[in-house]
Amino acid sequence: MLTNITHDIATPFSRRRWLAVTAGLVLGLAGFSGAKAADDTIKIGVLHSLSGTMAISETTLKDTILFLIDEQNKKGGVLGKKLEAVVVDPASNWPLFAEKARELITKDKVAVVFGCWTSVSRKSVLPVFKELNNILFYPVQYEGEESERNVFYTGAAPNQQAIPAVDYLMKEDKVKRWVLAGTDYVYPRTTNKILEAYLKSKGVAQDDIMINYTPFGHSDWQTIVADIKKFGSAGKKTAVVSTINGDANVPFYKELGNQGIKATDIPVVAFSVGEEELAGIDTKPLLGHLAAWNYFESIKTPANEKFIKEWQAYTKNPKRTTNDPMEAHVIGFNMWVKAVEKVKSTDPDKVIDALPGIETPNLTGGIAKMLPNHHITKPVFIGEIKANGQFDVVYKTKDLVPGDAWSKELEGSKDLIGDWVGKKCGNYNTKTDKCLGSGS
Amino acid sequence: MPANLPTYVRALILSIVLIAFALPAFAGPFEDAVAKFANDDFSDSEDAVAEIAASGNPLAYAIISALQDERLMADPDTKKVYVKQVDGKIIDAATGAAVDSLPDAADAVRLNNKLRRTVEAALGGLTLLSPDRDARIAAAQSVFKSHEEALLPVVDNALAKETDRTAKAALSEARAAILLFKSDASEEDKLKAIAAVRARGDQEALGMLSDIGTDQPPTVVKAAASAIASIQSSLALWSGVQNAWYGLSLGSVLLLAAIGLAITFGVMGVINMAHGEMVMLGAYTTFVVQEVIRTRYPGLFDYSLLIAVPLAFLVAGAIGVLIERSIIRFLYGRPLETLLATWGLSLVLQQAVRTMFGPTNREVGNPSWMSGAFQLGQITITYNRLWILCFTLAVFVILLAMLRFTALGLEMRAVTQNRRMAASMGIATSRVDALTFGLGSGIAGIAGVALSQIDNVSPNLGQSYIIDSFMVVVFGGVGNLWGTLVGAFTLGIANKFLEPVAGAVLGKIAILVLIILFIQKRPRGLFALKGRAVEA
Repeated sequence: MLTNITHDIATPFSRRRWLAVTAGLVLGLAGFSGAKAADDTIKIGVLHSLSGTMAISETTLKDTILFLIDEQNKKGGVLGKKLEAVVVDPASNWPLFAEKARELITKDKVAVVFGCWTSVSRKSVLPVFKELNNILFYPVQYEGEESERNVFYTGAAPNQQAIPAVDYLMKEDKVKRWVLAGTDYVYPRTTNKILEAYLKSKGVAQDDIMINYTPFGHSDWQTIVADIKKFGSAGKKTAVVSTINGDANVPFYKELGNQGIKATDIPVVAFSVGEEELAGIDTKPLLGHLAAWNYFESIKTPANEKFIKEWQAYTKNPKRTTNDPMEAHVIGFNMWVKAVEKVKSTDPDKVIDALPGIETPNLTGGIAKMLPNHHITKPVFIGEIKANGQFDVVYKTKDLVPGDAWSKELEGSKDLIGDWVGKKCGNYNTKTDKCLGSGS
Repeated sequence: MPANLPTYVRALILSIVLIAFALPAFAGPFEDAVAKFANDDFSDSEDAVAEIAASGNPLAYAIISALQDERLMADPDTKKVYVKQVDGKIIDAATGAAVDSLPDAADAVRLNNKLRRTVEAALGGLTLLSPDRDARIAAAQSVFKSHEEALLPVVDNALAKETDRTAKAALSEARAAILLFKSDASEEDKLKAIAAVRARGDQEALGMLSDIGTDQPPTVVKAAASAIASIQSSLALWSGVQNAWYGLSLGSVLLLAAIGLAITFGVMGVINMAHGEMVMLGAYTTFVVQEVIRTRYPGLFDYSLLIAVPLAFLVAGAIGVLIERSIIRFLYGRPLETLLATWGLSLVLQQAVRTMFGPTNREVGNPSWMSGAFQLGQITITYNRLWILCFTLAVFVILLAMLRFTALGLEMRAVTQNRRMAASMGIATSRVDALTFGLGSGIAGIAGVALSQIDNVSPNLGQSYIIDSFMVVVFGGVGNLWGTLVGAFTLGIANKFLEPVAGAVLGKIAILVLIILFIQKRPRGLFALKGRAVEA
């Protein structure tokens, strides 16, 4: 195979540290009678692409989990045991995700897996997690329309990112005409479907919505940017809602800058552009374009400043940026630790039942709570791009927004809820009082 | 847009009008207004801009333009506001007195898009009479966009004083835009205004004319409708020109990416899947060059690409020679193995770059001469695309000349046409093979320098071009550089004319289907080689 597999990233331990660790372990074991001495570590699976197209985004998340495990081990681990990362590389290859997930669960016997970025990779591992009954924490904003017993969604659902962003533009910028531009795959298509329904419910006419899809990695944006310019000169305030993914963003923003589209004329609000993506662009011409996320590196809270400091010390790179999916992993990891400590076991069934209701602080203030539909509550921030490549938060929702597994805007899903506490069902129809098949 | 302008902006614009007529300035609330910037609240800042512009204080322009450039600093503790001037000196915004250094707590006053628009409108009003010609033109254009009625007297005043032709034209357009929307303007004025806006003939003019509504005198509505029709038909014509230009530009990118492959695949017959990675190495060379220049010699930044071109050629070329000597020469005549080996090699190179430079994108800046755009009639031509087109054609001509007029070129052609005959004539064929492969790789490296200007510099850069490159070479005809040229531009232009009709995704599919059909009909591409070389 053409994949490289990195097993067991070991952190260099000094002898003194080993002694301290062993002493701590002995003390821990003495205090905790239920633990068996035989398996003295808890294994945590990390399922992120380290090569191929998605490596650009996912490598950072792998490092994040290693960092979190390191921090947790410094605090003495969980249940008196050390945590141990098992890192595999699914190489941006969707079927390989399922294979690697199976390997993590059956061969390495991991207690939990943190992983996936694209929706298609998540869909590919779902059957494995159901069959082998394990836990997946999924940290990326996604299109919703899903709630599974074995998956915990710590990224934003559309109502925690897309809808508040559109509301902001409608209210603050009085936008009347909308370009929905996206990469041609499931996340942009579903999000745009939800947004189109939402915009129409707010009285926007069909003629005032332009929908445009481009292939993955599209690099020639001349025609589309010219079309946007044309669409925007019809006498009504126009904005672009961008679900353009990954590498295609850099040439898109470069073309916008070169054709002189300024944020004061046609603002672009993006859902997939974060600090990492901006690292590859000269942001001066992009001043004022927007992004909607649940976390920004520039937010000044003591917890966030501490996190950034420790992260940069861990990676030994004083310029290393942080981003939204990283915070999602921080929240997911802390929630998992809390749930395990609550039930004093890493047994997936017990942890799955314990997770809903667990609360842990966000890095940006407020408390994230795991909901019965396996989504979490999040604050929504709108940031404007600044010349230094960071975002300046110009708007924040007053309260935390609870994630909807099923969109209220779509005809097919507005009556559905996910409830793994009371109904034990991922797609429960509240009108007919029936579970539509995704029960436990 | 204009109809939605909030009342305070109207008030602000009205006050600018008053300033323009040189009413006596009044002091007092000015200091209070300046202090509002320290509240870190967008609507307070907007009020402050309005009040400061209205104050007539000589510092008004300095403060508002500093706010626009994020040079306006506020200390939230003491509520003091400072202007960091362009030359680095600091003055107290309320008094204009020089200050030695900024307090530690002082931070730049934040802006959002709404505030930025208010600032632009305020500056537009304040600079209509500026001594700088370009500033006046920019101000007139911002008035054209906002067409705020209250500004009419200022515009008339500026128009009377204006001597520069371009500025005068911009001001007349601004005046026409205001009259067009002024409810009590006479029918005659409105008709003149429509004629002026019609003469402008661009998309903004079209947007403005479609926005005037039907509650106008019938002659005005009729004139507007005919103006709209005339602008639309002229724009439709321009959009054809625009598509052609975009096609040329896309074609030049395709050609640039494919031209190295035209040598390694087209001339030598090596199926080189690592070709894209050579392009990537060129782009990373540009990154390294820029990084060194940024840290050591920032003054040289505009020349970074000129320095990067020969370096990228050498780096990619040397690696190409190395690959040929160590792998490919053992695989001549075994296309399947070559394909697999070079594909594996491409993964190795990608991962090597990923390990060395990290998986994330690297920033490669555009030198100033490659940023921005200019207007040609009704189409926007961006400098970076224009330069890439010129650069591609230059590379093509040099390569063609090299193959035709140099000894190495002659040897290359000889070896690829008949290896054994060439060897019998005393040509060191293996040396020529290595150099030819090195040349193709080096040219791919040069392509990387140019592509770093329009695309991501990431380990995946090459992958996105490899398919397109093969497509161009196969379509144009293997072994023929002219075929590659024609093939690249044909595909580019066809793609750009299909894209507005079918969308980017379907357009791309349609192109692929057309190529498949074409290859069925003419398996050897557009310009097929004839004679014995074909059978070899």
